[in-house]
Amino acid sequence: MKMDGGHIVCECLVREGVDYVFGLPGGACLPLYQALPDYPHLKHILVKHEQASAHAADGYARVAERPGVCFATSGPGATNLVTGIANAWMDSIPMVAITGEVSTNLIGRDGFQEADITGITLPITKHNWLVLKTEDLPRVIKEAFHVARTGRPGPVLIDIPRDVLATEAEFYYPEKVTLRGYKPYPKIDLVEVKTAAKLIMESERPLIMAGHGVILSRAYSELRELAEKTQIPVITTLLGISSFPGSHPLCLGMPGMHGMYWNNMAINSSDLILGIGMRFDDRVTGRLRDFAPKAKIVHIDIDPAEVGKNVRPAAAIVADVKQALRELVKEVSPRIRAEWFAQIQAWREEHPSITIRETSKLLPQYVIRKIFEATKGDCYVVTGVGQHQMWAAQNFWFDKPNSFITSGGLGTMGFEIPAAIGVQFARPNDLVWSICGDGGFQMTLQNLATIAEHNLPIKFAIMNNSFLGMVRQWQTLFYEGKLVATPLCNPDFVKLAEAYGILGIRVKDKVQVESAVEKAMRHKGPVIIDFQVEGEENVFPMVPPGASLSATMDLPKLEEAFIR
Amino acid sequence: MNNKHTIIAFVEDKPGVLNRIASKWRQRGFNIESLAVGISETPGLSRMTFVVDGATTDVDQVVKQLKKLINVIKIVDITDEDMVSRELALIKVSANPPARSQIIEIVDIFRAGIVDVSKDSLIVEITGDEEKVNAIVELLQPFGIKEMVRTGKVSMLRGGQVSASLDEEEPVITD
Repeated sequence: MKMDGGHIVCECLVREGVDYVFGLPGGACLPLYQALPDYPHLKHILVKHEQASAHAADGYARVAERPGVCFATSGPGATNLVTGIANAWMDSIPMVAITGEVSTNLIGRDGFQEADITGITLPITKHNWLVLKTEDLPRVIKEAFHVARTGRPGPVLIDIPRDVLATEAEFYYPEKVTLRGYKPYPKIDLVEVKTAAKLIMESERPLIMAGHGVILSRAYSELRELAEKTQIPVITTLLGISSFPGSHPLCLGMPGMHGMYWNNMAINSSDLILGIGMRFDDRVTGRLRDFAPKAKIVHIDIDPAEVGKNVRPAAAIVADVKQALRELVKEVSPRIRAEWFAQIQAWREEHPSITIRETSKLLPQYVIRKIFEATKGDCYVVTGVGQHQMWAAQNFWFDKPNSFITSGGLGTMGFEIPAAIGVQFARPNDLVWSICGDGGFQMTLQNLATIAEHNLPIKFAIMNNSFLGMVRQWQTLFYEGKLVATPLCNPDFVKLAEAYGILGIRVKDKVQVESAVEKAMRHKGPVIIDFQVEGEENVFPMVPPGASLSATMDLPKLEEAFIR
Repeated sequence: MNNKHTIIAFVEDKPGVLNRIASKWRQRGFNIESLAVGISETPGLSRMTFVVDGATTDVDQVVKQLKKLINVIKIVDITDEDMVSRELALIKVSANPPARSQIIEIVDIFRAGIVDVSKDSLIVEITGDEEKVNAIVELLQPFGIKEMVRTGKVSMLRGGQVSASLDEEEPVITD
């Protein structure tokens, strides 16, 4: 059947099982938008800035476990996507971004709203395509979804000139993808599995470090089986949080820059680190040359390029995490390591790391703890980036798999609003809490209009300390308290909520926290709670930037906490 | 210590592919010393030979990162293989009549050729490995090199073995 490029794109998306598309129209992609009413199952969610369409697609993809889709027009529409695509790239999120482009006769001539978006996104996509013929659209879209979701997932971009969208061609959706140079699933090396198992069995002080790859591979039960069978404690990286039950006795929580003191000490003493679906990021390792000085590394990752990139493993299983763990678990047997557990327990008791100090002041950690208690952890938690993100990672226990949605690699402030939109659309019947900073909240808040439009019942908890808090913390700790460009002059967030027709609640006192959280959860629609928290609270433990994990500064004693 | 690695890659002959490869080099800070690209024996595939200094660049990462590019069909580090390597240079040398015979003598010794003659200059064509080309350049320098162009190194395995068959791995296809 003959149809124009816009209809062809929609037909392909329907065949790929897409139900939501996040976007904002413009001239170059109009032929695509004009086709949308003919596809009622393809629901378009209008955001107020293209960055939000990418983050919403990202949040959607994380919980729906399939590629998120976003649309933007050419030029500024496409460039506004860039932050969101880079975010998805760093966190390996499957995403298909579709941008309109100026007509083929204008490409390369600096046409109105022309930007070389395939050139711009080259380093932040798995692959991208500029489609010059309408008849190529089905093949390219099929390839794009295949590349985005297979192997190590990631974002892709399809740039489609206006005339290609407007021209008619015969529609035929290919059944197969042929990409000779794309080998997403390396063949597992069973000899390496045996070597890895031997190293694990020989170790006295082993640790599992579970990362995002466990979640992307949906290998929750395999990880649990391995940990329980071998009795090896599990550290979860920031993006590995919720890959393993937070309340499990073997779960040790987060390592690294704001990780638990006991984890950083354990890494220093460990003789074997089993990294699963993680990439030894600098926030995890601290100063790389001092990382795990006594440990042999066993690395499991689907991406061969991650192996040996930051640390040299003694054994490496290059495979999908689920498959690797299924093979590995066959080769290992239980072993009791009482001394090692006692040592970790001793560190925990000496340095509890996440004790919330007794005070009448409103502490952000306390607020997050109360949200945890009220929800019993049965919700999705979306965060932005900064202090509130670290406090959420530390003070919430995630038993529900894949329930912590955060911007890890790129560290994108402003993620918390649009990503929550995507999460809520993907899980309409689940509770979504977005824990926000007052700085990041203001980076994407125009999208509150989208939340109001769809009456998405997201609960926003702003940890409002009137600072760009994490930067302020660095200035306090490492720049003699010289606060440059970090104090914020904030709007009235309650009035702001009301301007959008959203319920706004202000909380200034500790005693109001529980009732505010309960009120928010009873309310059927979206809520914004402005928690006016203690301004200069710092996130501890902390490894100073560039230092090794052994330099972990633990929570200061009560009296020290008040000294600036 | 010579730590130069010779890498060959078979890449799809499509617009923008060289840009994708160069973008990876730039993004990851890989230092590429020479590059030669041309068509291969297989229609639709270009063959690249490039040289990386292992002292400044993690060669393993170069190969692995480029392998991830969809347009890169095959990439192998052939440094440790038995191979033939050549590069070609065209050198325009100042050649007044008294100097001319000396230049011709050098060209003969190197089994190079003279491909253009004018009243005050010659173009010398030389093919050989990097050392040989360097040596003739050094000897021609005193006469005055007006212009020089060198291709990057191209390499091929000796004997019956075919470069494209190296390191063949079976991909697992699932979706």
